[in-house]
Amino acid sequence: MSKMFALCDVNNFYVSCERLFNPALRNRPVIVLSNNDGCAVARSNEAKAIGIKMGAPLHKIQDIVRKHNVQVLSSNYALYGDLSNRFVSVLERSCDQVEQYSIDESFLLYEGFKHTNLIEHNQEIVKTVQQWLGLPICIGLAPSKTLAKIANHYAKSLAVPNGVLELNSRYTVKNALENLPVSEIWGVGRRLSEKLNKVGIHTALQLRNADYKTLQRMFSVNMERTVLELRGKSCIALEDSPPPKKQIVCSRSFSNKTDDLQLIREAIAYHVTRGCETLRKQGSLAKSMTVGIRTNPFSAQDKQYCQSITLSLPEATDHTGVFLKSAMRGLQEIYKKGFLYKKVGIMLNDLSTAEGHQKDFFMSVKSSPELMQAVDSINAKYGKGTAKFALQGFNQKWSMKSERRSKDFTSNWNDIVKVK
Amino acid sequence: MAKVSILTPTNSPLELPIVTSKVPAGFPSPAEEYLGDTLDLNQIMVDNPTATFFARVQGESMTTTIFPDDILVVDRSVSPKHGSVVVAIVNNEFTVKRLNMNDGLTLVSDNPDYEPIRITGEMDLTVWGVVTGISRKL
Repeated sequence: MSKMFALCDVNNFYVSCERLFNPALRNRPVIVLSNNDGCAVARSNEAKAIGIKMGAPLHKIQDIVRKHNVQVLSSNYALYGDLSNRFVSVLERSCDQVEQYSIDESFLLYEGFKHTNLIEHNQEIVKTVQQWLGLPICIGLAPSKTLAKIANHYAKSLAVPNGVLELNSRYTVKNALENLPVSEIWGVGRRLSEKLNKVGIHTALQLRNADYKTLQRMFSVNMERTVLELRGKSCIALEDSPPPKKQIVCSRSFSNKTDDLQLIREAIAYHVTRGCETLRKQGSLAKSMTVGIRTNPFSAQDKQYCQSITLSLPEATDHTGVFLKSAMRGLQEIYKKGFLYKKVGIMLNDLSTAEGHQKDFFMSVKSSPELMQAVDSINAKYGKGTAKFALQGFNQKWSMKSERRSKDFTSNWNDIVKVK
Repeated sequence: MAKVSILTPTNSPLELPIVTSKVPAGFPSPAEEYLGDTLDLNQIMVDNPTATFFARVQGESMTTTIFPDDILVVDRSVSPKHGSVVVAIVNNEFTVKRLNMNDGLTLVSDNPDYEPIRITGEMDLTVWGVVTGISRKL
């Protein structure tokens, strides 16, 4: 086998992170909530077993939560991010080609590992991640990314011993695909699976055996790729670094509805600041920005209002100050008194790379890269938000609900684990 | 090489650049070539950053070696041996003790006022990590 992909995925990642620092969460149902404590986005196996579904809104599962004494936590991204980075570091020791696919999943590409027993090699990774980071993981091994995803799915659902499952021989691949609905295949969403079902393709095996030239006419080249990948021919390469974003969106709901313009200004300023940080990190400039505000569409008694405005800048920039000024002008245009606002956000558009951008001959925006560089390095050294524009305000009264957040065990000296 | 910086005045749609140049003067520092790394305590305190976590001590069960408020450097990649100081989980709580592997498993406190904890069949003991260093300010 010349090339093998491995998909390494942490089981119930957020819950597993919480358990590492809070032993009382072991062996019992635990869920972690989305931003603003809305829905369950991570569940321990015990929580899955009592029927809590992915994405279940907390207010709809209160009865189960009480009955089974489910431990409910707010999400703690500082913690998950730290453990995610450590997870990738462990993988990088074992394989030279690693693609971090999401916060809890990475692809490895083994090339030139002919003389290594890859199953044992990957079982060793499972053991190391368990020992070093206390995180349970599963690895799927296969000659293509799509099959590696499926192998991982089975490694997890069959709870294979040692956590590694290989889909390589004809026989195992056939067995694995036979009972797998097409909707479970990587890259086949709900809409595509409905379309496939209409032409009589229900299982992954049927898709694999379909004539891909016909499918390509009906669907797209992506479907042809998926078919070939299911046949073990790798068509989706490993991506070393994610392509820079073409658009940056920052928005969040308020914990409480508000009509206070000052609070809304502070929230917008916060989002602009975050957006510009992302912009600078990926080395892009933006030439326009959209500012939007809306009331809560799910509230029957509230008067409804939703409005956004797109502002053009004279010149592409990554300077927070320039965006803040425009954002406040835009907000002034769209804000109306007498409504209770639930969500505000911004979007940075028309992104270009910092190198190839065109200067405006007549208008030069006041931009001082040194200032933003200084702010970024201060915040990198002393923590997020140490240096900021005063427009953001100081108490973040608008900030999201996060009532059951665990401590910053890995990023704040006051929060590190206490031992007796 | 001379540095050139372009200063632009504000509040004017048509901006005329003013060019200034700075010429470095004087002798370069003879130490410049030798300026290199500074010393970082992490280099000697942390062997494997990926597997290392910090914990703060409460209580006096280990006084003679470890004192309240000490910060422990805990390396989870190190395998515990007889005599290792470990962070363990007993009854769902973190505790720092010395691991004694003679004649079964015992968690021993370095402070003689504390009784050793013998690990029996029905007890749930997890060694969370091995303490490889202590950080203390005087």
